[in-house]
Amino acid sequence: MTENKLPNLKGQDEETKFQSDSLLKLTLRNILRQRSSLIGGTILLFLLLVAIFAPSIAPFEPNFVLIGHEDVKRRSDPCIHLLGCPEEQPQHILGTDGNVRDVFSRVVFGTRVSLFVGFTTVGFAIIIGTLLGALGGFLGGWVDNLIMRTMDVLLAFPSLLLAIAIVSVLGHGLQNALLAIAIVSIPIYARVVRGSVLSVKEQEYVSASRALGGGSMHILFRRILPNAIPPLIVQGTLGIGTAILDAAALSFLGLGAQPPTAEWGTMLGTERNQIFTAPHLVLYPGIAIMITVLAFNLLGDGLRDAIDPRLKK
Amino acid sequence: MTQYAIRRILYSIPVIFGILLVTFVMARSIPGDPCTAMLGEKASPEACERFTQQYGLDKPIPVQFAAYMKNIAQGDFGDSIRFSRPVSTILLERLPTTIELGLFALFFAVLVGIPAGVISAVRRNSAIDVGVMIAANTGISMPVYWLGLVLAYVFALLLKDTPFWLPPSGRLSAGVSAIPFYEVFQWEVIEGTTRYTFMEFFANMYIFNSVITRDWEVLSDVIKHIILPAVALSTIPLAIIARMTRSSMLEVLRQDYIRTARAKGLFERFVILKHALRNALLPVITIIGLQVGTLFAGAVLTETIFGFAGIGRMLFEAITARDFPIVQGFTIVIAVGYVSVNLLVDLTYVFIDPRIRLE
Repeated sequence: MTENKLPNLKGQDEETKFQSDSLLKLTLRNILRQRSSLIGGTILLFLLLVAIFAPSIAPFEPNFVLIGHEDVKRRSDPCIHLLGCPEEQPQHILGTDGNVRDVFSRVVFGTRVSLFVGFTTVGFAIIIGTLLGALGGFLGGWVDNLIMRTMDVLLAFPSLLLAIAIVSVLGHGLQNALLAIAIVSIPIYARVVRGSVLSVKEQEYVSASRALGGGSMHILFRRILPNAIPPLIVQGTLGIGTAILDAAALSFLGLGAQPPTAEWGTMLGTERNQIFTAPHLVLYPGIAIMITVLAFNLLGDGLRDAIDPRLKK
Repeated sequence: MTQYAIRRILYSIPVIFGILLVTFVMARSIPGDPCTAMLGEKASPEACERFTQQYGLDKPIPVQFAAYMKNIAQGDFGDSIRFSRPVSTILLERLPTTIELGLFALFFAVLVGIPAGVISAVRRNSAIDVGVMIAANTGISMPVYWLGLVLAYVFALLLKDTPFWLPPSGRLSAGVSAIPFYEVFQWEVIEGTTRYTFMEFFANMYIFNSVITRDWEVLSDVIKHIILPAVALSTIPLAIIARMTRSSMLEVLRQDYIRTARAKGLFERFVILKHALRNALLPVITIIGLQVGTLFAGAVLTETIFGFAGIGRMLFEAITARDFPIVQGFTIVIAVGYVSVNLLVDLTYVFIDPRIRLE
């Protein structure tokens, strides 16, 4: 009998593997078919490459002060030799800032900070949110009530304002800004995970797993939570865009990354009074923020359409 | 229906309680002595003792929380460190500016967002649709403060000496002043009374004030000043409203009753505006309610850039100066305001959507 069973089980395994392979392939194909995810993904890939190879791309270190190194003025306009800028003038394709640093190098290195901010805050929020949402959905009762009402309260604050209030308590700085943004993002992920847990908790395969003697943790982590991964990926991708935007806003207000960090929001904030005299100092960091956030938003939209067939129209 | 309304109102009570609890915990988490944190570094020991007694800081935490709730229920948010004046007074002075700016921005967002969404849905996949959606996606991804600065650069500097010139900061031009309506109407109002505060609140909304006093010169000046900050502030709500209207319209346009309306031979415009749009607007209204939060948060940034003396800029200045009573008071008012607006939106639903009334 055992001999009979084994090949069957093996066969089933192969079938499941085949199915999950094709499901993955199907999803990937769906993702690639979405114009928005394709554009968003391409921009993101480009940004990742810029972040990784920043030292090779940027002509200078982000905080390198050019005084004494070459004859260039403070806040000088962009100078590109190919576009007719005189050869004797040193080339700075996005100009120089108030501390005579190369803006292009700072924008390039800023990619690292922004991507780091996006991934870490959302990563942190997803971990805590998943734990809270899973606990609430799985245990139900007063635990669920307590967790979800707390999340409701956090959602009752406009997110950027709550982040501002948290930073004003914790103190200014990039680390505290990251923590604040992560805290205000937790409720979204807790809700997504709780929803997924509730939707599959009573399904037969979960009961089957329980009947087979699976422990609570095994059922939660192996049988229930994998269902929450697709919506989490979608929400997380969209959340990274918001996190980058909020972190830049905090830095712009002087609450997040502090000078001389090459962070786009900080760059905008420190030079904002120069908008009428040296607009390039405001223009380029802003465009960089916009492109990065747009990439995550497009990718998130595309992923949602590809992963969630209910929304595909 | 009444039952639904009561349930919905009761549901917001624990949320408001939670908001107070969160701000209370935050106020207690400020590093260092609460007295110097609230009264400033230079507070004398006597002042600190008075403060400790006033807020019951020597008492157990639950008693402190109860006292804190009582104070807030009476509208007492403490005194600002920087101005040595009650936070509530400062709030009432600053709020009209933010409300005016927020309403103007919301008005603009709705006025442009809904038609853009409708046209996009009706002309699905056309060049207009693609254009509107690209614009909406870009709008959502744009930092509000950056757009504000760029708009100021374009309209105040590049378009100088053209009819399109717009002022880059402030609420009124130098030399122009909005005379409060109660002075124009020669109403007797005694300073310091509740009636005065009330009148002053509305007089500080310059658009409202200049319309009822028929001071068109001031009105045009106010509007010129408010356009740039309002447009910057409205970008994100506008983009979200346009996207939501589009998807909601697409959903409704597939319904059988639309086919029936068309089959009856109604004009297409009538079908779109009367049959489709009215039904598609429901989810859009919820989204508009949620945008109030975005507007408040955005006000901190736009008011700072455009030199608007509203609560947003005040909040920013208070954070920089570590004037915590203001941060706390303003945060509570904004959060409670946000919850109330969403409560109102939900209650409006009951009147708009008969399906909810029947439930």
